[in-house]
Amino acid sequence: MDAYLAAIVSVMLIYVLLALGLTLQYGLTGLINFGMVGFFAIGAYTSALLALHGVPVVLSVAAAAVVAGISAWPIGLASLRLRDDYFAIVTLGFAEIVRLTLTSEKWLTNGVQGLSRIPPIYEGTGTAAAFVIVAILLAVTVAAIFLIHRVAHSPFGRIIAAIRDNEEAVQAIGKDPARFKIQVLVVGSALAGIAGALYAHYVTYIVPEQFVALATFYVWMAVIMGGVGRVSGAVVGTAILMFFLEGSRFLGDFLPWISSVQMASIRIGVVGLALVLFTIYRPQGLMGDFTKR
Amino acid sequence: MNAITHHNAIVADRGASGAPPVLEVERISKHFGGFCALNDVSLSVPAGGLVGLIGPNGAGKSTLFSIITGFIAPSEGTIRLRGSPVDTLSPFARARAGMVRTFQVPREFSHLSVRENLMAAIPDQAGEHLFDLFFKPQQVRIQEEQGAALVEETVDFLKLKRIADLPAVKLSGGQKKLLELGRVLMTRPSVILLDEPFSGVNPVLIAEIIDRIIELNERGISFLVIEHDLEALTRLVGRLTVMDYGTVIAEGAPQAVLADARVRAAYLGGPA
Repeated sequence: MDAYLAAIVSVMLIYVLLALGLTLQYGLTGLINFGMVGFFAIGAYTSALLALHGVPVVLSVAAAAVVAGISAWPIGLASLRLRDDYFAIVTLGFAEIVRLTLTSEKWLTNGVQGLSRIPPIYEGTGTAAAFVIVAILLAVTVAAIFLIHRVAHSPFGRIIAAIRDNEEAVQAIGKDPARFKIQVLVVGSALAGIAGALYAHYVTYIVPEQFVALATFYVWMAVIMGGVGRVSGAVVGTAILMFFLEGSRFLGDFLPWISSVQMASIRIGVVGLALVLFTIYRPQGLMGDFTKR
Repeated sequence: MNAITHHNAIVADRGASGAPPVLEVERISKHFGGFCALNDVSLSVPAGGLVGLIGPNGAGKSTLFSIITGFIAPSEGTIRLRGSPVDTLSPFARARAGMVRTFQVPREFSHLSVRENLMAAIPDQAGEHLFDLFFKPQQVRIQEEQGAALVEETVDFLKLKRIADLPAVKLSGGQKKLLELGRVLMTRPSVILLDEPFSGVNPVLIAEIIDRIIELNERGISFLVIEHDLEALTRLVGRLTVMDYGTVIAEGAPQAVLADARVRAAYLGGPA
Protein backbone atom coordinates (compact mmCIF):
# COMPACT_ATOMS: atom_id res chain seq x y z
CA MET A 1 0.00 0.00 0.00
CA ASP A 2 2.88 2.36 0.83
CA ALA A 3 4.48 1.69 -2.53
CA TYR A 4 1.12 2.30 -4.26
CA LEU A 5 0.69 5.58 -2.42
CA ALA A 6 4.24 6.61 -3.28
CA ALA A 7 3.54 5.80 -6.94
CA ILE A 8 0.39 7.95 -6.97
CA VAL A 9 2.19 10.84 -5.28
CA SER A 10 5.10 10.54 -7.71
CA VAL A 11 2.85 10.72 -10.78
CA MET A 12 0.91 13.53 -9.15
CA LEU A 13 4.06 15.58 -8.58
CA ILE A 14 5.07 15.10 -12.23
CA TYR A 15 1.62 16.35 -13.26
CA VAL A 16 1.94 19.26 -10.83
CA LEU A 17 5.04 20.36 -12.77
CA LEU A 18 3.02 20.28 -15.99
CA ALA A 19 0.17 22.17 -14.32
CA LEU A 20 2.61 24.81 -13.04
CA GLY A 21 3.90 25.29 -16.59
CA LEU A 22 0.34 25.70 -17.85
CA THR A 23 -0.49 28.04 -14.96
CA LEU A 24 2.34 30.29 -16.05
CA GLN A 25 1.32 30.13 -19.71
CA TYR A 26 -2.46 30.20 -19.51
CA GLY A 27 -3.37 31.17 -15.97
CA LEU A 28 -1.01 34.10 -15.67
CA THR A 29 -0.47 35.13 -19.31
CA GLY A 30 -3.51 33.87 -21.20
CA LEU A 31 -1.60 31.70 -23.69
CA ILE A 32 -3.75 28.76 -24.72
CA ASN A 33 -1.26 25.92 -25.06
CA PHE A 34 -2.92 22.67 -26.13
CA GLY A 35 0.48 21.12 -26.82
CA MET A 36 1.91 20.64 -23.32
CA VAL A 37 2.31 16.93 -23.98
CA GLY A 38 4.60 17.69 -26.93
CA PHE A 39 7.12 19.43 -24.67
CA PHE A 40 6.59 16.70 -22.06
CA ALA A 41 7.52 14.13 -24.74
CA ILE A 42 10.55 16.12 -25.92
CA GLY A 43 11.80 16.26 -22.33
CA ALA A 44 11.16 12.55 -21.77
CA TYR A 45 12.96 11.40 -24.92
CA THR A 46 15.83 13.89 -24.59
CA SER A 47 16.62 12.84 -21.07
CA ALA A 48 16.08 9.13 -21.73
CA LEU A 49 18.32 9.10 -24.81
CA LEU A 50 21.08 11.03 -23.06
CA ALA A 51 20.92 8.84 -19.96
CA LEU A 52 20.96 5.70 -22.11
CA HIS A 53 24.18 7.04 -23.64
CA GLY A 54 25.79 7.39 -20.25
CA VAL A 55 25.01 10.99 -19.34
CA PRO A 56 24.25 11.35 -15.61
CA VAL A 57 20.52 11.63 -14.90
CA VAL A 58 20.83 15.10 -13.36
CA LEU A 59 22.48 16.44 -16.50
CA SER A 60 20.00 14.60 -18.73
CA VAL A 61 17.09 16.23 -16.93
CA ALA A 62 18.74 19.65 -17.24
CA ALA A 63 19.32 19.04 -20.95
CA ALA A 64 15.66 18.02 -21.32
CA ALA A 65 14.60 21.38 -19.87
CA VAL A 66 16.87 23.23 -22.27
CA VAL A 67 15.77 21.26 -25.35
CA ALA A 68 12.05 21.54 -24.51
CA GLY A 69 12.45 25.25 -23.82
CA ILE A 70 14.37 25.88 -27.02
CA SER A 71 11.83 23.89 -29.05
CA ALA A 72 9.13 26.28 -27.81
CA TRP A 73 11.01 29.34 -28.98
CA PRO A 74 10.44 29.05 -32.77
CA ILE A 75 6.80 28.13 -32.16
CA GLY A 76 6.50 31.27 -30.12
CA LEU A 77 8.13 33.39 -32.81
CA ALA A 78 5.99 31.92 -35.57
CA SER A 79 2.72 31.81 -33.72
CA LEU A 80 2.48 34.60 -31.20
CA ARG A 81 1.17 37.02 -33.75
CA LEU A 82 -1.76 34.67 -34.28
CA ARG A 83 -5.09 35.07 -32.57
CA ASP A 84 -5.50 33.04 -29.36
CA ASP A 85 -7.55 30.28 -30.95
CA TYR A 86 -5.14 29.83 -33.86
CA PHE A 87 -2.23 29.71 -31.43
CA ALA A 88 -4.03 26.94 -29.55
CA ILE A 89 -4.42 24.96 -32.77
CA VAL A 90 -0.74 25.43 -33.67
CA THR A 91 0.34 24.04 -30.28
CA LEU A 92 -2.07 21.11 -30.61
CA GLY A 93 -0.63 20.37 -34.05
CA PHE A 94 2.92 20.71 -32.73
CA ALA A 95 2.32 18.05 -30.08
CA GLU A 96 0.93 15.67 -32.70
CA ILE A 97 3.95 16.30 -34.95
CA VAL A 98 6.23 15.47 -32.01
CA ARG A 99 4.38 12.22 -31.33
CA LEU A 100 4.38 11.18 -34.99
CA THR A 101 8.08 12.02 -35.27
CA LEU A 102 8.84 9.90 -32.21
CA THR A 103 6.90 7.07 -33.82
CA SER A 104 8.49 7.29 -37.26
CA GLU A 105 12.14 8.15 -36.48
CA LYS A 106 13.09 4.64 -35.40
CA TRP A 107 16.85 5.24 -35.73
CA LEU A 108 16.61 7.69 -32.84
CA THR A 109 13.59 6.75 -30.78
CA ASN A 110 13.13 3.04 -31.55
CA GLY A 111 9.70 3.91 -32.95
CA VAL A 112 6.63 2.29 -31.43
CA GLN A 113 8.86 -0.09 -29.46
CA GLY A 114 9.97 2.90 -27.42
CA LEU A 115 12.93 3.18 -25.09
CA SER A 116 13.42 0.74 -22.23
CA ARG A 117 15.88 0.33 -19.38
CA ILE A 118 16.05 4.07 -18.88
CA PRO A 119 18.19 4.76 -15.80
CA PRO A 120 15.89 5.51 -12.85
CA ILE A 121 15.83 8.70 -10.83
CA TYR A 122 17.16 6.74 -7.89
CA GLU A 123 18.79 3.31 -7.96
CA GLY A 124 17.13 1.05 -5.46
CA THR A 125 14.09 -1.06 -4.83
CA GLY A 126 11.37 -1.33 -2.25
CA THR A 127 9.35 1.16 -0.30
CA ALA A 128 12.34 3.13 0.93
CA ALA A 129 13.52 3.78 -2.64
CA ALA A 130 9.99 4.79 -3.61
CA PHE A 131 9.96 7.40 -0.89
CA VAL A 132 13.39 8.71 -1.87
CA ILE A 133 12.01 9.21 -5.39
CA VAL A 134 8.99 11.02 -3.92
CA ALA A 135 11.39 13.26 -1.97
CA ILE A 136 13.38 14.08 -5.12
CA LEU A 137 10.23 14.85 -7.10
CA LEU A 138 8.89 16.92 -4.22
CA ALA A 139 12.10 18.96 -4.09
CA VAL A 140 11.88 19.69 -7.83
CA THR A 141 8.19 20.58 -7.50
CA VAL A 142 8.82 22.93 -4.56
CA ALA A 143 11.57 24.64 -6.57
CA ALA A 144 9.15 25.04 -9.50
CA ILE A 145 6.46 26.45 -7.18
CA PHE A 146 8.98 28.97 -5.86
CA LEU A 147 9.95 29.90 -9.45
CA ILE A 148 6.38 30.45 -10.63
CA HIS A 149 5.39 32.25 -7.43
CA ARG A 150 8.38 34.59 -7.77
CA VAL A 151 7.55 35.30 -11.41
CA ALA A 152 3.85 35.87 -10.67
CA HIS A 153 4.59 38.41 -7.90
CA SER A 154 7.16 40.44 -9.78
CA PRO A 155 7.27 43.26 -12.35
CA PHE A 156 7.47 40.52 -14.99
CA GLY A 157 4.32 38.96 -13.53
CA ARG A 158 2.59 42.33 -13.60
CA ILE A 159 3.22 42.68 -17.33
CA ILE A 160 2.08 39.16 -18.20
CA ALA A 161 -1.08 39.75 -16.16
CA ALA A 162 -1.55 42.96 -18.15
CA ILE A 163 -1.05 41.01 -21.40
CA ARG A 164 -3.77 38.59 -20.29
CA ASP A 165 -6.10 41.54 -19.69
CA ASN A 166 -5.36 43.63 -22.78
CA GLU A 167 -2.45 43.14 -25.14
CA GLU A 168 -2.97 46.36 -27.12
CA ALA A 169 -2.95 48.43 -23.96
CA VAL A 170 0.37 46.82 -23.04
CA GLN A 171 1.80 47.98 -26.36
CA ALA A 172 0.37 51.43 -25.70
CA ILE A 173 2.56 51.76 -22.58
CA GLY A 174 5.71 50.83 -24.49
CA LYS A 175 6.06 47.14 -23.64
CA ASP A 176 6.57 44.42 -26.23
CA PRO A 177 4.05 41.64 -25.48
CA ALA A 178 5.78 39.18 -27.84
CA ARG A 179 9.00 39.27 -25.78
CA PHE A 180 7.12 38.37 -22.61
CA LYS A 181 4.97 35.74 -24.28
CA ILE A 182 7.94 33.97 -25.84
CA GLN A 183 9.73 33.88 -22.48
CA VAL A 184 6.63 32.51 -20.80
CA LEU A 185 6.25 29.87 -23.50
CA VAL A 186 9.91 28.86 -23.17
CA VAL A 187 9.89 28.68 -19.35
CA GLY A 188 6.57 26.80 -19.21
CA SER A 189 7.78 24.37 -21.86
CA ALA A 190 11.08 23.86 -20.04
CA LEU A 191 9.04 22.91 -16.96
CA ALA A 192 7.08 20.46 -19.09
CA GLY A 193 10.42 19.13 -20.35
CA ILE A 194 11.62 18.55 -16.78
CA ALA A 195 8.33 16.82 -16.00
CA GLY A 196 8.79 14.60 -19.06
CA ALA A 197 12.38 13.77 -18.10
CA LEU A 198 11.38 12.85 -14.55
CA TYR A 199 8.52 10.77 -15.92
CA ALA A 200 10.90 8.85 -18.22
CA HIS A 201 13.32 8.15 -15.38
CA TYR A 202 10.43 7.24 -13.10
CA VAL A 203 8.69 4.71 -15.36
CA THR A 204 12.02 3.70 -17.06
CA TYR A 205 10.16 2.77 -20.25
CA ILE A 206 8.58 5.19 -22.70
CA VAL A 207 6.69 4.78 -25.97
CA PRO A 208 5.13 7.48 -28.19
CA GLU A 209 1.59 6.40 -27.23
CA GLN A 210 2.16 7.69 -23.70
CA PHE A 211 2.26 11.19 -25.14
CA VAL A 212 -1.20 11.61 -26.61
CA ALA A 213 -3.34 14.76 -26.41
CA LEU A 214 -5.31 13.29 -23.49
CA ALA A 215 -2.32 14.03 -21.22
CA THR A 216 -2.54 17.71 -22.17
CA PHE A 217 -6.22 17.78 -21.35
CA TYR A 218 -5.63 16.12 -17.98
CA VAL A 219 -3.32 19.06 -17.20
CA TRP A 220 -5.97 21.52 -18.37
CA MET A 221 -8.56 19.77 -16.18
CA ALA A 222 -6.23 20.04 -13.19
CA VAL A 223 -5.62 23.75 -13.76
CA ILE A 224 -9.32 24.53 -14.27
CA MET A 225 -10.46 22.52 -11.24
CA GLY A 226 -7.72 24.00 -9.05
CA GLY A 227 -8.23 27.60 -10.11
CA VAL A 228 -6.84 29.28 -13.20
CA GLY A 229 -3.92 31.59 -12.46
CA ARG A 230 -3.33 30.26 -8.96
CA VAL A 231 -0.08 28.47 -8.16
CA SER A 232 -1.86 26.70 -5.31
CA GLY A 233 -4.59 25.81 -7.82
CA ALA A 234 -2.10 23.86 -9.93
CA VAL A 235 -1.22 21.71 -6.91
CA VAL A 236 -4.74 21.25 -5.57
CA GLY A 237 -6.23 20.73 -9.02
CA THR A 238 -3.72 17.99 -9.79
CA ALA A 239 -4.51 16.35 -6.45
CA ILE A 240 -8.23 16.40 -7.34
CA LEU A 241 -7.46 14.98 -10.78
CA MET A 242 -5.43 12.15 -9.27
CA PHE A 243 -8.16 11.50 -6.73
CA PHE A 244 -10.74 11.03 -9.49
CA LEU A 245 -8.37 9.13 -11.79
CA GLU A 246 -7.13 6.76 -9.11
CA GLY A 247 -10.36 6.65 -7.12
CA SER A 248 -12.30 5.59 -10.20
CA ARG A 249 -9.84 2.69 -10.59
CA PHE A 250 -11.66 1.01 -7.70
CA LEU A 251 -15.02 1.33 -9.41
CA GLY A 252 -14.22 -1.99 -11.06
CA ASP A 253 -14.51 -3.72 -7.69
CA PHE A 254 -18.14 -2.61 -7.47
CA LEU A 255 -18.95 -3.19 -11.14
CA PRO A 256 -17.40 -6.60 -11.90
CA TRP A 257 -19.42 -7.12 -15.10
CA ILE A 258 -17.65 -4.18 -16.78
CA SER A 259 -14.51 -5.07 -18.74
CA SER A 260 -11.20 -3.33 -18.08
CA VAL A 261 -11.37 -1.61 -21.49
CA GLN A 262 -14.81 -0.21 -20.67
CA MET A 263 -13.60 0.76 -17.23
CA ALA A 264 -10.76 2.84 -18.74
CA SER A 265 -13.35 4.85 -20.66
CA ILE A 266 -15.55 5.18 -17.59
CA ARG A 267 -12.62 6.59 -15.61
CA ILE A 268 -12.10 9.30 -18.21
CA GLY A 269 -15.85 9.93 -18.10
CA VAL A 270 -15.71 10.33 -14.32
CA VAL A 271 -12.95 12.95 -14.62
CA GLY A 272 -14.91 14.69 -17.37
CA LEU A 273 -18.02 14.73 -15.20
CA ALA A 274 -16.00 16.22 -12.33
CA LEU A 275 -14.77 18.94 -14.68
CA VAL A 276 -18.33 19.70 -15.82
CA LEU A 277 -19.54 19.92 -12.22
CA PHE A 278 -16.64 22.19 -11.29
CA THR A 279 -17.34 24.42 -14.28
CA ILE A 280 -20.99 24.74 -13.25
CA TYR A 281 -20.70 25.03 -9.49
CA ARG A 282 -17.21 26.44 -8.99
CA PRO A 283 -16.01 28.00 -12.25
CA GLN A 284 -13.20 29.88 -10.50
CA GLY A 285 -11.73 26.54 -9.34
CA LEU A 286 -11.22 25.25 -5.83
CA MET A 287 -8.46 27.75 -5.00
CA GLY A 288 -10.01 30.64 -6.95
CA ASP A 289 -11.49 33.75 -5.41
CA PHE A 290 -13.99 32.57 -2.80
CA THR A 291 -16.06 35.72 -3.17
CA LYS A 292 -16.89 34.92 -6.79
CA ARG A 293 -18.94 32.25 -8.47
CA MET B 1 -7.41 92.78 -20.33
CA ASN B 2 -10.75 91.44 -19.11
CA ALA B 3 -11.19 87.90 -17.82
CA ILE B 4 -12.62 86.48 -21.05
CA THR B 5 -9.90 88.01 -23.24
CA HIS B 6 -7.29 86.77 -20.78
CA HIS B 7 -8.77 83.25 -20.93
CA ASN B 8 -8.80 83.30 -24.74
CA ALA B 9 -5.18 84.44 -24.81
CA ILE B 10 -4.14 81.61 -22.51
CA VAL B 11 -6.08 79.03 -24.53
CA ALA B 12 -4.70 80.37 -27.81
CA ASP B 13 -1.21 79.92 -26.38
CA ARG B 14 -1.96 76.20 -26.04
CA GLY B 15 -1.97 76.10 -29.83
CA ALA B 16 1.75 76.86 -29.39
CA SER B 17 1.83 78.54 -32.77
CA GLY B 18 5.37 79.04 -33.97
CA ALA B 19 6.75 76.16 -31.88
CA PRO B 20 8.37 73.34 -33.88
CA PRO B 21 6.01 70.40 -34.33
CA VAL B 22 6.47 67.45 -32.00
CA LEU B 23 4.11 65.34 -34.10
CA GLU B 24 3.56 65.64 -37.85
CA VAL B 25 0.99 63.67 -39.81
CA GLU B 26 1.77 63.98 -43.51
CA ARG B 27 -0.67 63.02 -46.26
CA ILE B 28 -2.03 59.91 -44.54
CA SER B 29 -4.50 57.78 -46.48
CA LYS B 30 -6.06 54.52 -45.46
CA HIS B 31 -8.11 52.16 -47.61
CA PHE B 32 -9.98 49.16 -46.25
CA GLY B 33 -10.60 47.28 -49.48
CA GLY B 34 -12.65 49.67 -51.59
CA PHE B 35 -13.53 51.89 -48.64
CA CYS B 36 -11.42 55.00 -48.15
CA ALA B 37 -11.33 55.69 -44.40
CA LEU B 38 -8.73 58.47 -44.60
CA ASN B 39 -7.82 60.56 -47.62
CA ASP B 40 -4.67 62.67 -47.65
CA VAL B 41 -4.90 63.78 -44.03
CA SER B 42 -2.23 66.11 -42.69
CA LEU B 43 -2.01 67.81 -39.31
CA SER B 44 0.60 68.68 -36.75
CA VAL B 45 0.93 69.17 -33.01
CA PRO B 46 3.42 71.87 -32.00
CA ALA B 47 5.75 71.18 -29.09
CA GLY B 48 3.84 72.21 -25.98
CA GLY B 49 0.63 72.47 -27.99
CA LEU B 50 -2.84 71.29 -27.12
CA VAL B 51 -4.74 70.44 -30.30
CA GLY B 52 -8.30 69.19 -30.61
CA LEU B 53 -9.59 66.82 -33.28
CA ILE B 54 -13.33 66.74 -33.90
CA GLY B 55 -15.71 65.40 -36.49
CA PRO B 56 -18.86 63.34 -36.84
CA ASN B 57 -18.86 59.64 -35.99
CA GLY B 58 -17.13 57.71 -38.75
CA ALA B 59 -15.05 60.70 -39.84
CA GLY B 60 -11.86 58.65 -39.33
CA LYS B 61 -10.55 60.25 -36.13
CA SER B 62 -9.92 57.04 -34.19
CA THR B 63 -8.52 55.35 -37.31
CA LEU B 64 -6.09 58.26 -37.59
CA PHE B 65 -5.11 57.79 -33.91
CA SER B 66 -4.47 54.11 -34.53
CA ILE B 67 -2.32 54.94 -37.56
CA ILE B 68 -0.36 57.61 -35.71
CA THR B 69 0.38 55.24 -32.83
CA GLY B 70 1.21 52.31 -35.11
CA PHE B 71 -1.74 50.02 -34.39
CA ILE B 72 -2.89 50.27 -38.03
CA ALA B 73 -0.57 50.66 -41.02
CA PRO B 74 -1.48 53.51 -43.39
CA SER B 75 -1.92 52.94 -47.11
CA GLU B 76 0.10 56.09 -47.78
CA GLY B 77 1.75 58.91 -45.88
CA THR B 78 4.27 59.49 -43.11
CA ILE B 79 4.22 60.11 -39.38
CA ARG B 80 7.08 62.11 -37.81
CA LEU B 81 7.86 62.40 -34.13
CA ARG B 82 10.21 65.27 -33.28
CA GLY B 83 11.17 65.39 -36.95
CA SER B 84 12.02 61.70 -37.37
CA PRO B 85 9.80 59.29 -39.28
CA VAL B 86 8.31 56.54 -37.09
CA ASP B 87 6.53 54.60 -39.84
CA THR B 88 8.60 51.45 -39.35
CA LEU B 89 8.25 51.47 -35.55
CA SER B 90 5.84 49.13 -33.77
CA PRO B 91 3.21 50.59 -31.41
CA PHE B 92 5.31 49.82 -28.34
CA ALA B 93 8.42 51.38 -29.92
CA ARG B 94 6.46 54.56 -30.69
CA ALA B 95 5.26 54.63 -27.08
CA ARG B 96 8.85 54.24 -25.88
CA ALA B 97 9.82 57.09 -28.19
CA GLY B 98 7.42 59.32 -26.25
CA MET B 99 4.14 59.13 -28.18
CA VAL B 100 1.38 57.45 -26.19
CA ARG B 101 -2.36 57.11 -26.48
CA THR B 102 -5.50 56.33 -24.55
CA PHE B 103 -8.46 54.47 -26.01
CA GLN B 104 -12.03 55.52 -26.70
CA VAL B 105 -13.24 52.65 -24.52
CA PRO B 106 -10.78 52.51 -21.59
CA ARG B 107 -8.52 49.48 -21.68
CA GLU B 108 -7.57 49.09 -18.07
CA PHE B 109 -5.68 46.02 -16.85
CA SER B 110 -8.79 44.87 -15.10
CA HIS B 111 -7.30 42.31 -12.71
CA LEU B 112 -4.57 44.66 -11.53
CA SER B 113 -5.15 47.35 -8.92
CA VAL B 114 -4.93 51.03 -9.84
CA ARG B 115 -1.42 51.15 -8.36
CA GLU B 116 -0.37 48.04 -10.26
CA ASN B 117 -1.78 49.49 -13.50
CA LEU B 118 0.47 52.50 -12.99
CA MET B 119 3.48 50.44 -11.92
CA ALA B 120 3.16 48.35 -15.08
CA ALA B 121 3.72 51.43 -17.24
CA ILE B 122 7.05 52.45 -15.72
CA PRO B 123 9.72 52.04 -18.41
CA ASP B 124 12.98 50.08 -18.16
CA GLN B 125 12.22 47.94 -15.12
CA ALA B 126 14.91 45.36 -14.33
CA GLY B 127 12.28 43.12 -12.79
CA GLU B 128 10.64 42.71 -16.18
CA HIS B 129 13.67 40.64 -17.26
CA LEU B 130 13.71 37.08 -15.92
CA PHE B 131 17.49 37.04 -15.55
CA ASP B 132 17.52 40.23 -13.48
CA LEU B 133 14.54 39.04 -11.47
CA PHE B 134 16.48 36.05 -10.13
CA PHE B 135 20.06 37.29 -10.26
CA LYS B 136 19.75 41.02 -9.47
CA PRO B 137 17.06 41.05 -6.76
CA GLN B 138 18.57 44.10 -5.06
CA GLN B 139 18.30 46.21 -8.22
CA VAL B 140 14.75 44.99 -8.76
CA ARG B 141 13.78 45.88 -5.20
CA ILE B 142 15.30 49.37 -5.39
CA GLN B 143 13.56 50.08 -8.72
CA GLU B 144 10.27 48.83 -7.31
CA GLU B 145 10.59 51.25 -4.37
CA GLN B 146 11.44 54.13 -6.70
CA GLY B 147 8.53 53.14 -8.96
CA ALA B 148 6.15 52.99 -6.02
CA ALA B 149 7.12 56.57 -5.07
CA LEU B 150 6.47 57.75 -8.64
CA VAL B 151 3.12 55.98 -8.60
CA GLU B 152 2.17 57.75 -5.36
CA GLU B 153 2.92 61.10 -7.02
CA THR B 154 0.67 60.22 -9.95
CA VAL B 155 -2.04 58.85 -7.65
CA ASP B 156 -1.99 62.14 -5.74
CA PHE B 157 -1.86 64.23 -8.91
CA LEU B 158 -4.90 62.47 -10.39
CA LYS B 159 -6.65 62.22 -7.02
CA LEU B 160 -6.93 58.46 -7.25
CA LYS B 161 -5.77 57.73 -3.70
CA ARG B 162 -9.19 56.60 -2.46
CA ILE B 163 -9.39 53.89 -5.12
CA ALA B 164 -5.68 53.13 -5.52
CA ASP B 165 -5.91 49.58 -4.20
CA LEU B 166 -9.12 48.63 -6.00
CA PRO B 167 -8.95 46.30 -8.99
CA ALA B 168 -9.31 48.47 -12.07
CA VAL B 169 -12.36 46.50 -13.19
CA LYS B 170 -14.30 48.04 -10.29
CA LEU B 171 -13.71 51.67 -11.32
CA SER B 172 -16.35 53.86 -12.93
CA GLY B 173 -15.96 54.92 -16.57
CA GLY B 174 -14.57 58.33 -15.58
CA GLN B 175 -12.13 56.83 -13.09
CA LYS B 176 -10.91 54.46 -15.80
CA LYS B 177 -10.29 57.45 -18.07
CA LEU B 178 -8.20 59.05 -15.31
CA LEU B 179 -6.38 55.78 -14.76
CA GLU B 180 -5.52 55.55 -18.47
CA LEU B 181 -4.21 59.11 -18.34
CA GLY B 182 -2.13 58.19 -15.30
CA ARG B 183 -0.81 55.10 -17.00
CA VAL B 184 0.42 56.98 -20.05
CA LEU B 185 1.95 59.62 -17.76
CA MET B 186 4.09 56.94 -16.12
CA THR B 187 5.79 56.36 -19.50
CA ARG B 188 7.25 59.90 -19.42
CA PRO B 189 5.69 60.94 -22.75
CA SER B 190 6.33 63.97 -24.91
CA VAL B 191 2.98 63.80 -26.71
CA ILE B 192 -0.27 62.19 -25.55
CA LEU B 193 -3.15 61.29 -27.83
CA LEU B 194 -6.41 61.25 -25.87
CA ASP B 195 -9.38 59.50 -27.49
CA GLU B 196 -12.60 60.96 -26.08
CA PRO B 197 -11.34 61.59 -22.54
CA PHE B 198 -14.70 63.08 -21.44
CA SER B 199 -17.12 60.56 -22.91
CA GLY B 200 -19.32 59.04 -20.23
CA VAL B 201 -17.67 61.20 -17.55
CA ASN B 202 -19.67 63.34 -15.11
CA PRO B 203 -19.18 67.15 -15.24
CA VAL B 204 -17.24 67.30 -11.97
CA LEU B 205 -14.76 64.71 -13.18
CA ILE B 206 -14.54 66.43 -16.58
CA ALA B 207 -13.43 69.61 -14.83
CA GLU B 208 -10.91 67.54 -12.89
CA ILE B 209 -9.52 65.94 -16.06
CA ILE B 210 -9.31 69.33 -17.80
CA ASP B 211 -7.33 70.77 -14.88
CA ARG B 212 -4.91 67.85 -14.95
CA ILE B 213 -4.42 68.07 -18.72
CA ILE B 214 -3.74 71.81 -18.53
CA GLU B 215 -1.24 71.26 -15.72
CA LEU B 216 0.54 68.58 -17.71
CA ASN B 217 0.55 70.79 -20.79
CA GLU B 218 2.15 73.54 -18.74
CA ARG B 219 4.87 71.06 -17.82
CA GLY B 220 5.62 70.71 -21.55
CA ILE B 221 3.61 67.67 -22.62
CA SER B 222 1.82 68.10 -25.95
CA PHE B 223 -1.69 66.78 -26.52
CA LEU B 224 -3.87 65.76 -29.44
CA VAL B 225 -7.42 65.27 -28.18
CA ILE B 226 -10.42 63.67 -29.89
CA GLU B 227 -13.61 64.83 -28.19
CA HIS B 228 -17.28 65.43 -28.93
CA ASP B 229 -17.88 67.62 -25.88
CA LEU B 230 -17.14 70.93 -27.61
CA GLU B 231 -17.71 73.04 -24.55
CA ALA B 232 -15.08 71.13 -22.61
CA LEU B 233 -12.74 70.89 -25.59
CA THR B 234 -12.79 74.60 -26.37
CA ARG B 235 -11.87 75.31 -22.73
CA LEU B 236 -8.85 73.13 -23.29
CA VAL B 237 -7.32 73.39 -26.74
CA GLY B 238 -5.61 76.21 -28.57
CA ARG B 239 -6.15 74.74 -32.01
CA LEU B 240 -8.85 72.64 -33.57
CA THR B 241 -8.81 70.31 -36.57
CA VAL B 242 -12.09 69.09 -38.04
CA MET B 243 -12.48 65.90 -40.06
CA ASP B 244 -15.36 64.65 -42.14
CA TYR B 245 -15.52 61.61 -44.42
CA GLY B 246 -11.83 60.90 -43.88
CA THR B 247 -10.52 64.35 -44.80
CA VAL B 248 -9.56 67.49 -42.91
CA ILE B 249 -12.18 70.15 -43.66
CA ALA B 250 -10.99 72.92 -41.34
CA GLU B 251 -8.31 73.81 -38.86
CA GLY B 252 -7.24 76.81 -36.81
CA ALA B 253 -8.30 78.67 -33.69
CA PRO B 254 -11.37 77.01 -32.09
CA GLN B 255 -13.74 79.97 -32.38
CA ALA B 256 -12.87 80.54 -36.03
CA VAL B 257 -13.14 76.84 -36.88
CA LEU B 258 -16.49 76.46 -35.15
CA ALA B 259 -17.81 79.44 -37.12
CA ASP B 260 -16.73 77.84 -40.42
CA ALA B 261 -19.73 77.08 -42.62
CA ARG B 262 -18.46 73.62 -43.69
CA VAL B 263 -17.90 72.66 -40.06
CA ARG B 264 -21.37 73.85 -39.13
CA ALA B 265 -22.89 71.85 -41.95
CA ALA B 266 -20.89 68.68 -41.36
CA TYR B 267 -20.73 68.55 -37.57
CA LEU B 268 -22.69 71.18 -35.72
CA GLY B 269 -25.94 70.80 -37.61
CA GLY B 270 -26.20 74.46 -38.49
CA PRO B 271 -26.79 76.01 -41.90
CA ALA B 272 -23.94 75.76 -44.42
